[in-house]
Amino acid sequence: MNDMRYEAPDTIDGAVALLAGGRGEVRALAGGTDLLVQLRAEMIAPELVVDLKRIPELRSIAAEDGGFRVGAAVSGAELGEHPGVKALWPGVVEAVELIGSTQIQGRASLGGNLCNASPAADSVPAMIAARAVARVAGPAGTREVPVEEIAIGPGKTSLAKGEIVVSVLLPARPARSGDAYLRFIPRTEMDIAVVGAGVSLTLDESGVCSAARVALGAVAALAMLVPEAAAALVGTTLDEAALERLAAAASGACRPIDDKRGTKEYRIKVAGVLARRAALIAAERAGRS
Amino acid sequence: MAKDTDTGADTGYMGGDKELKWVGTRPPRPDGVDKVTGRAKFGADFYVPGMLIGKVLRSPHPHALIKSIDTSKAEALTGVKAVLTRDDFGDRSSEFVPAGEMMVNYRDIVRNVMAREKALYEGHAVAAVAATSNAIAKQALKLIEVDYEPLPHVIDAVEAMKPDAPLLHEDMITDGVEPAPTKPSNVAKRVEFTIGDVEAGFAAADVVIERAFDTSPVHQAYIEPHACVASVSEDGQAELWTTTQGHYVARAHCARLLDMDISKIRVTASEIGGGFGGKTVVYLEPLALGLSRKACQPVKMVMSRDEVFRASGPTSGAHMKIKVGATKDGKITAGQAELIYQAGAFQGSPVQPGAMCAFAPYDLENVKVVGWDVVTNRPKVAAYRAPGAPISEYAVECVIDELAKRLGIDPIDLRLANAAKEGTRAAYGPKFGPIGLVESLEQAKAHPHYQAPLGPNQGRGVASGFWFNIGGETCASLIVNEDGTAALTLGTPDIGGSRASLCMMAAEELGIEYDRVRPIIADTASLGYTFLTGGSRATFSSGLAVIEAARDVVRQLCERAAKIWEIPTDAVEWADGTAKPAGANAGDFEPMSLAAIAAIAGKTGGPVVGHAQINAQGAAPSFGTHLVDVEVDRETGRVTVLRYTVLQDAGKAIHPAYVEGQFQGGAVQGIGWALNEEYIYGPDGKLENAGFLDYRIPVASDVPMIDTVIVEVPNPRHPYGVRGVGETPIIPPMAAIANAIENALGIRFTELPMSPPRVLKAIDEMAAAE
Repeated sequence: MNDMRYEAPDTIDGAVALLAGGRGEVRALAGGTDLLVQLRAEMIAPELVVDLKRIPELRSIAAEDGGFRVGAAVSGAELGEHPGVKALWPGVVEAVELIGSTQIQGRASLGGNLCNASPAADSVPAMIAARAVARVAGPAGTREVPVEEIAIGPGKTSLAKGEIVVSVLLPARPARSGDAYLRFIPRTEMDIAVVGAGVSLTLDESGVCSAARVALGAVAALAMLVPEAAAALVGTTLDEAALERLAAAASGACRPIDDKRGTKEYRIKVAGVLARRAALIAAERAGRS
Repeated sequence: MAKDTDTGADTGYMGGDKELKWVGTRPPRPDGVDKVTGRAKFGADFYVPGMLIGKVLRSPHPHALIKSIDTSKAEALTGVKAVLTRDDFGDRSSEFVPAGEMMVNYRDIVRNVMAREKALYEGHAVAAVAATSNAIAKQALKLIEVDYEPLPHVIDAVEAMKPDAPLLHEDMITDGVEPAPTKPSNVAKRVEFTIGDVEAGFAAADVVIERAFDTSPVHQAYIEPHACVASVSEDGQAELWTTTQGHYVARAHCARLLDMDISKIRVTASEIGGGFGGKTVVYLEPLALGLSRKACQPVKMVMSRDEVFRASGPTSGAHMKIKVGATKDGKITAGQAELIYQAGAFQGSPVQPGAMCAFAPYDLENVKVVGWDVVTNRPKVAAYRAPGAPISEYAVECVIDELAKRLGIDPIDLRLANAAKEGTRAAYGPKFGPIGLVESLEQAKAHPHYQAPLGPNQGRGVASGFWFNIGGETCASLIVNEDGTAALTLGTPDIGGSRASLCMMAAEELGIEYDRVRPIIADTASLGYTFLTGGSRATFSSGLAVIEAARDVVRQLCERAAKIWEIPTDAVEWADGTAKPAGANAGDFEPMSLAAIAAIAGKTGGPVVGHAQINAQGAAPSFGTHLVDVEVDRETGRVTVLRYTVLQDAGKAIHPAYVEGQFQGGAVQGIGWALNEEYIYGPDGKLENAGFLDYRIPVASDVPMIDTVIVEVPNPRHPYGVRGVGETPIIPPMAAIANAIENALGIRFTELPMSPPRVLKAIDEMAAAE
């Protein structure tokens, strides 16, 4: 029986060096709300766990080019109390705040939710809709990666050995823009999305949708962007016909599985329902911004 | 069941006109501060020097022959101190003994605690180890080699009844069938309760409704997993600390399974983090004792949540057919039910109480209920709050609602027209004494909730429920301390605030302040045998014992005063917490307080201690009626409970806040049962949702504040009028919610849970049909 090693470096370079140098299974730890559960359930038995919470860049929220750079280990509770991010990307913040419970919110992070690579991760469709970009540091330097390219399958990421997500940039956005995220769970909290839908859109001065992004979670192996759903909104005032087309496109894009959390049939139907409801909330927010 | 014989103690109802100081008030519970500060010790909180960690190896197969078990590699691992298998338990012959409201059989308990010939469900214990650390114990489990021969399995009870179904027990011949079957089957038992002539009753009906219902097994979902510490010394003296609803019953089971004298096992009940019936049986206790006996070191065992789901509880799932007939003006002429309850891997589902309760709320001339007890490859069911009753009464209360709609009669009026009342003979035998069903219905009808307007997609449902409640063997001691305070020694573990209620009754009887009485739940060596906390019996039965013990104390205090005053004992009376001369002829003495008598007790005969050892009689049933409003999201199938009101007869609420807590807790558990809770098995017979993430009990934000109305129709067999209240609240919710959904959508759901995918499918099917 091998003991697990725990390290808590305070620099990005230190973390990268530890993770790159680990001999066996290595894991990065942010809030730990997934990792600790997996450890206890004996789903993983890493030789080395590297805690990233002491690295300042991973714990800060900073304004950048009209948007915000959010450290990968910033907790949901911290993000939820940041007036700037809440005003600019309320849909992303509400998605992060749906993770777990009040207690879990003290730990759960946007970076952890992204790198756990669950198809049902709540923050990911919202971030995809927001055109968020992850900053990845590794032995070969730093690269910028659209968030939808981080997960490549359930529990699998495109990160190379020694690479970590340092931060996520939530970009600047035009006037009259709004976003929203909705998920369906059978109860009201403490659950995993059966379906998640994130919508980000911009309206022109006459209230016509000039740009939109729609992303769905928990309806395929990966959270996904659905361009045809977005296309249903662009050029419309989100009239009934446009919303019908949006819902049909969202449902049509689903490639779900039947499992204990929901049937294929149910997920397909509800994906359309949620996309439509999220679009209306996003438009209402855009109208106010 | 209610034991309604006239041999009880002299403790009849005192009448409602006596002024009460404590009974009916809401003081803080004696265990409250320890619980909110984390000081209270629950099952997993006991630590003993030199303690080993015990772990269980569980079957990965739902059904398999166990050809051999090789533990040699595990035993050779450094740090492993003991290993147990089936070879460490002697076989037991078939013998049923009571466990709460259910019966258990030692032949089955020994096999459930440790698989013998076969593993009968995924998670069935096959071996146990004790080691110096958690990690070593887990490694040792991996070194145990079990040679299984997997067998075909059966999860569903109806499937299990088919002639070609995989057979769990090769010698199981259905009981209660004449002539006895010649071939074994998975059907353990047939029960029947009949009065009158149902065929004649249906012939007299203008309307007959017949419906089939299915319910899913649901777990008690106590937040605290099973946990215990056992310590057996070299001379065979054993101590056991465990989280249990009945430490005397646990002691009896362990003694029987381990061939130990009862006197050698001393059991202490920890604080208990929920039981709901699920902690009336033993799982870990015999294993911990067996391991400790082998290792001669203390052994601690704690189940994970995964183990709790795979290997303990739940209550039965069921398939039911209900038929009810009535005249145009709403008189029910006949009720008929066929109930198939799955028992899990061993016989003993609560189908019998389910059958007895099915039509109990109604005064009917013609009733026929047939029940079947069926084994399947699932964990053996355990008691769960009014075992059996929520299932059958759910089905009947749905049909009553449909009948009301068909007849155009208000559902409360239809129930009132047929409600059981004092003198009604229940289909299962006895005549009811004073009961509060009519009162609960009348108060429901008058409640503002029943008249409140509903919005779109909203519906309102009503349902009633009945449960027997029990008494039973109970001891209590009341010790008067030298400063005039008192120590109350109890034998029923406190799962719902009973310590507060029992201290209040002691204070009321003695005439002292509530906070001068401190309670303990005594270990099994410190108080006589006391049956477990179950059947809603703790406040009733321990209450009777406490009152008797307190009156014993009062008798002694009067004797002491008489001695001091040198007057006859019968010339002294007890009033307002003091001994007084009884009238002018008795003499002119200053009244003596309890404290004053206690201070000089040494000079008047020694310590004053009251005691009671009773078999509590006169338990009275509790009826309740629930009102619920729901809103249905037609696009997602989600059902939101908007408003909920419980109206139930408590006889007399000793501590109304804890009675309300019972009402609310039962309603919340019922909401989970109605809307989301279910066991999801794969085709491989393995449980796929063995955790609270996917076994969805309600979270706080899922339910509204549950309103309560305490109806009080006193039980004439208890001095303060107490009835048990803990179980009835879980009976009406499933039907009330199904009826509310029907009211909102016009769709009658006949399968639980009414989960979003199921509700959405039905809405879409209805839309497609229109």
